[in-house]
Amino acid sequence: MEDTLLIDAAERFARGEMTAEEKIFFEELRKKNPELDQLVVEQLFFLNELERYGSTKNFRHILHETETKLVNEGLITKSPLQGKSKVVYLWNRYKRTIAVAASIAGIVSLSIVGIMSALHNEKNANINLLVSKMRDQDKQIRYIKSKTDKLAAASEIPPVVVAPPIDANFRATGFLIDANNNLIVTNAHVIKEAKNHLVIENKKGEQFTAEAIYVDPATDLAILKVRDNTFKKLSPMPFSIRKTNAELGEQVFMLGFPKQEIVYGEGYISAKNGYQMDTIYCQLSTSANEGNSGSPVITKNGELVGIITSMETNAEGVVFAIKSSNIYKAIEEVKKMKDYSDTKITSQPALKGTDRVSQIKKVEDYVFMVKGN
Amino acid sequence: MNNISQEKSLLDGLAKEDKASIEQIYRDNYTMIQSLILNNNGSTDDAADIFQEAMIVLFEKSKTPGFELNCQLKTYLYSVCRRLWLKKLQQMQRFGRQSEDLEDVIPVEDDLEMHEKRQLDFNIMENAMSKIGEPCKSLLEAYYIQKKHMLQIATEFGYTNADNAKTQKYKCLVRLKKLFFAQYKNG
Repeated sequence: MEDTLLIDAAERFARGEMTAEEKIFFEELRKKNPELDQLVVEQLFFLNELERYGSTKNFRHILHETETKLVNEGLITKSPLQGKSKVVYLWNRYKRTIAVAASIAGIVSLSIVGIMSALHNEKNANINLLVSKMRDQDKQIRYIKSKTDKLAAASEIPPVVVAPPIDANFRATGFLIDANNNLIVTNAHVIKEAKNHLVIENKKGEQFTAEAIYVDPATDLAILKVRDNTFKKLSPMPFSIRKTNAELGEQVFMLGFPKQEIVYGEGYISAKNGYQMDTIYCQLSTSANEGNSGSPVITKNGELVGIITSMETNAEGVVFAIKSSNIYKAIEEVKKMKDYSDTKITSQPALKGTDRVSQIKKVEDYVFMVKGN
Repeated sequence: MNNISQEKSLLDGLAKEDKASIEQIYRDNYTMIQSLILNNNGSTDDAADIFQEAMIVLFEKSKTPGFELNCQLKTYLYSVCRRLWLKKLQQMQRFGRQSEDLEDVIPVEDDLEMHEKRQLDFNIMENAMSKIGEPCKSLLEAYYIQKKHMLQIATEFGYTNADNAKTQKYKCLVRLKKLFFAQYKNG
C-alpha cells in the first residue's frame, strides 16, 4: 500500500531513523513530487500534534502525582469535602451569599410578621364605613356655596325660607320609607356622627332638620323623622321593600351622595352574607365611596333589597349592604313607640317594566343626603 | 547568579518532564499562588487548578525551541496565575471586583494565547482518541506516546509479529488522523 509506505517513511524520517542514503532519496522524492511533499508535511504536522498530546498528557499525569504527594505532605491544602471540613469549606466559599440570603430572609419574615400583626390588630380596619367626613376645605366650599345661594336667593323675587345651611362635617345617604310620617332610613353609624345637628337635604339642595327616633347599632339601622314643617309631603315611594333575601347574581342599582350631588351606581349581589359571614349583610360587587352609607340598593323590578353600609378596604369592589328584611324589624320597633304606632311602609311599586332612566327619575326624589355636625 | 542557573536547570528539567524539578517548582511557588487565589475570592481547590494550568503553560513554553525566560520564574508563574484567575473570575462573573493592586506583573497574554490554542488541539486529539476505540487507542498510545518498540507492542497486544502490529497501527493512525483533522479544520 502506497499510503502505508509513505506513513512509514515519514515517521522514520521524523524520528531520524533513516539511513543517510534513504534520507537523500526521500528528500529528492519530496522535491520532485509536490503532492507527496504536501502529504509528508501533513503527516509530520500530525505526528507533532500527537507527540505534543502525548507529552502534555504525560506532564499532566506527573503534575497530578506531584500534587497528590504535596497534598499528603501538607504543602497543598485541598478540600477533602468530607465531614466537618466540608461544612467549613462550604461556609468559606459561600459565606457572602449566605449572608445576603439570610438578611433578605430576615427582612422578608420581619415585614410579613409586621403586616400580619397589623392586619390582625386592625381586623375591623378592613371595612370602611361609607360616611364621608368632610374636611375644612369642604366646609369652606359649603360656606361659600351657601353665601352665593343666599345672594342668589336674595335676588329672586320670592325669598324661599329655608333652614339656615349648617356646616356639616359628615355626609351620607338616606331614603324615605314612610311618606305619611316622613320617616327616612339610614345607617346607625351615620347618626353617631351627628352630635349637634342632623339635617337631610334633597336633590334641590333644600335642607330640613331631622331627628333620629330609632337607632340600632346591631343592625346598623337608624330611622329619622323629618321635623321641618317646610318638608313637602311626598307621595308613597315607587319601590317596594323585599322581605326575603336577595338572590346571587341579581342586578341592582343604587343612588347615593358620595359627592355633593346624587350619584348612580350599578352592581350585582355577589354573596348572601357580609364580611366574615355576617348574616345581617349581603355582599355586592360594585363600587362605593364615602357618602354612600345609607344608599338604597334596588333591583330592576323596583324592589329594595339592601342599604349600603361599608366596603372592604383590601379588596376592590366588595361592598356590604344591610339586608332589607331588617327594615321591617326596625319598623316593628318604631311602631311600639309613642306617636309612631301608625308607622307603615308606604309603597306603590311603579318601577317594574320601565327603563332605568325613568326608574332613577322616580326614585331620586326619595333619596336624601344626610348630614350634620 | 546561583539563583539564575538554578532556575535554568529547573526549567530544563521541566521540559524533560523531570519529576524532581516539577516538585521543586511546586515547593518554591505554590504558597504564593495559593494566597493570591484565596485573597481573591478563590478556594484552595481553585488554587490547585490554577497552579496546574500555569505549570502546563510553563511546560509548553519551556519546550519551544530557543526558550528563554527573561524574568524570574516566580514572577512568570505569578503573572500567568493572575491572568488565568482573572479570566476565570470573569467567566464566573463572581463579585466582578478586579484586583489591579497586584504588583510584579509581566505581559503573558501571548503565552496564554498559545496555551489556549494548544489546549484546544489537546482537546481535539483527546476527543479523537476517545472515538477510535480499543485496541487502536492503546496501540497508538503505546507507540507514539510511550514510545515503545513495535516488537514489544506486538508481544504485549498478542500480535504474531511486528509487521502485523504495524499494519494495524497504520490503520488506526489513518482513522485517528481523519477524526482529528475533521475537527481541527472545523474548529
